[in-house]
Amino acid sequence: MSKKKDDKRIIFNSEKEMPLVAMSLGSMLYNKTGAWRNIKPVIDLSKCIKCGICWKFCPDTSIDIVDEWPQVNYDYCKGCGICAEECPEKCIVMVEEEK
Amino acid sequence: MKKVIMGNHALSYGAMLARAQVIAAYPITPQTQVVELLSEMCADGTLNAKFIKVESEHSAMAACLGASMAGARTFTATSAQGLALMHEMLHWASGGRMPVVMGDINRAMAPGWSIWTDQNDSLSQRDTGWIQFYCSSNQEVVDTVIQAYKISEKLMIPSMVILDAFALSHTYEVVEIPEQAKVDAYLPPFNPPYRLSSDDPHAFGGLTAPEHYMELRYKLQKDMEKVPALVEETGREYEKTFGRYLGQVENYLCDGAELVFVTSGTAGYTARVVVDELRKQGIKAGNLRIKLFRPFPFEQVRTILSKVPKVAVLDRNISYGHHGVFYQEVKSAIYRQPVQPAIFGFIAGLGGRDIAREDFKEITDYTLKNNRPQEEIIWIGVKK
Amino acid sequence: MSKERKMTLTLPKEELMSSGHLACQGCGATLAMRYALKALGQKTILCIPACCWSVIDGPFPHSSLDVPIYHCAFETAASSASGVRAGLDMMGDTETTVMAWGGDGGTFDIGIQALSGAAERNEDLIYACYDNEAYMNTGIQRSSATPLGAWTTTTPVKHYKKERKKDMIGILAAHNIPYLATASIAYPEDMVKKFKKAKDIHGTRFIHIYAPCPTGWKSRPDDTVKLARLAVQTGYFPLYEIENGEKWTLNLKLKERKPITDYLKLQGRFRHLKEEEINLIQAEVEANYQKILKKCGL
Repeated sequence: MSKKKDDKRIIFNSEKEMPLVAMSLGSMLYNKTGAWRNIKPVIDLSKCIKCGICWKFCPDTSIDIVDEWPQVNYDYCKGCGICAEECPEKCIVMVEEEK
Repeated sequence: MKKVIMGNHALSYGAMLARAQVIAAYPITPQTQVVELLSEMCADGTLNAKFIKVESEHSAMAACLGASMAGARTFTATSAQGLALMHEMLHWASGGRMPVVMGDINRAMAPGWSIWTDQNDSLSQRDTGWIQFYCSSNQEVVDTVIQAYKISEKLMIPSMVILDAFALSHTYEVVEIPEQAKVDAYLPPFNPPYRLSSDDPHAFGGLTAPEHYMELRYKLQKDMEKVPALVEETGREYEKTFGRYLGQVENYLCDGAELVFVTSGTAGYTARVVVDELRKQGIKAGNLRIKLFRPFPFEQVRTILSKVPKVAVLDRNISYGHHGVFYQEVKSAIYRQPVQPAIFGFIAGLGGRDIAREDFKEITDYTLKNNRPQEEIIWIGVKK
Repeated sequence: MSKERKMTLTLPKEELMSSGHLACQGCGATLAMRYALKALGQKTILCIPACCWSVIDGPFPHSSLDVPIYHCAFETAASSASGVRAGLDMMGDTETTVMAWGGDGGTFDIGIQALSGAAERNEDLIYACYDNEAYMNTGIQRSSATPLGAWTTTTPVKHYKKERKKDMIGILAAHNIPYLATASIAYPEDMVKKFKKAKDIHGTRFIHIYAPCPTGWKSRPDDTVKLARLAVQTGYFPLYEIENGEKWTLNLKLKERKPITDYLKLQGRFRHLKEEEINLIQAEVEANYQKILKKCGL
């Protein structure tokens, strides 16, 4: 029972499917924490100096590096705003989430 | 090979022969000799194990559990206050399905300080999900430790092997020490179905929501229910290899008896002597010594006692506000039987007071004289 | 910025902590874990006692970390890790790093006995304490790591904490363990360096990580890193190492230190403090900083 790394939530329908103990069999990626967000970071890549600071300080591991540019993964970004606060070029702004 | 050893050393030999790999323990009277001998065995290489000299019993069990999760066979031993301090970790062991085997030397709980025997320490842990064996001889201690590993590791449920303070822990008896090669054949190395390993990373014991918790406990109970049959199976297998059968109970002349004592621990030893004496006097007595206490051997107890008119349960323990614990258990075992014996509950020997043959005489007289118990608890030997 | 230029990564790229975990917005403890695992790598086994991280990781049957975790009892991080280490050794695995990962409550308070025992035995493990200065997981109750002057739910404003924070580093230094360090989530490169250094040392290693908690400190989630940085820059939480209990090294020398008010004013938990109380805290910070400078021979 190797640990799966995908965003499928594991659901047991009977005790027979369950392991003997409370043990993890899958990742937390099923939990799309982006839904927690009220404000969201928007990166102005024209001002980005690729310093990697936003990536470095993200507590939710939700700034990806795509083709050598930072990209917010909105599926998981909780909107804490650390990236915007720490960006030395001030190229990330937090904007109201449209609900 | 025969050796004259004390009960505590019987536990050490059991752990050594089972090839325990990690031992973590903290000293407490009357358990000390168990771990002293094991430290020597680790130091001189007789036993290839890591001995963690922890700073408390709580840490002793915690360390055993960590080692068990890493895939090692683990052993510890304690007594009374030490066992009480471990209480939280006992739940951790069973809930986490970690087959630790532990020796407990039955010692009365303080205050007032007592180092002498009674069963309130281990019986206070009866609902923690551990298998409990109460032994009555040093031979049985060595043998049961080995058998306990086999049962525990098969079901992933921890076991406690219990013996009376001083009456057994410090009593020297002749013990046949099983041959290592034969023990190895009987008890293969521990190979758990899961373990902490970076090759296959899992998080164990995490937050468990109401949607899952109950099923995990259901599974624990279902596996607990397999213990009695497994005791029989492994006990017979042990008999084939070593010539000694290890059962759930010891039935001494109960069949056709008019009065049966229900006992445990060393009191069960004394009871056999008393039964012989009573038989000589023409009283058809028997003794049912309960060895497996958790899970309770309902079927055997039911089968044996339902044919007996009178049963005298002797408890070296008390559940305050209720009865002696074995008395409660025996009554609950008998409950569904259409024909029920009269069951009498006696309490004797708390805090290490002797349970002598005279006490059994008092128990016998009371039980034969009365059709039903006249009191909730019949106290033996209290200076009233 | 040219498209060709690569992103500057000052930390190892490998992520062993996935998204989807249950931490609050702007959680410092989460950054601490992310950096620690970047340094230690996949061959690491964690013992996590009751603390925020026992929830952050996620509910059964899921986990947000790609390393094995043993969720252990509150007071047993160090004793459980001692057992795991012994078990692995008996299995022939001497390569895997065993790390106890506890909060300040599990370390300063309920787990200190087991920790002291493990340190005295010089167990071969890393003990990392992510310190958010109160029992945050249970709802912000005072711990012995809560600083002087702070509000918590058990030290209400009218009776704010009057006692100083326990000197945990001092206690552990007295155990003469091979490696002790403080680290801050605002200085991840320094933290990664320390965890890597710790990984290559045998014996008990203790790393005290300063991990702000916006929920418990009544601070803005986006101020988490800034607060951790200010804690260092004010001299409130200096970055230093102690080897074998005797060799003290200050990792970040401050030419001048910012006033403690810069740090305090961003947090609701200190809002009630009056000038004289802030002055008292400033004096405490200064005295503690001088003590550390002296120990470092500066």
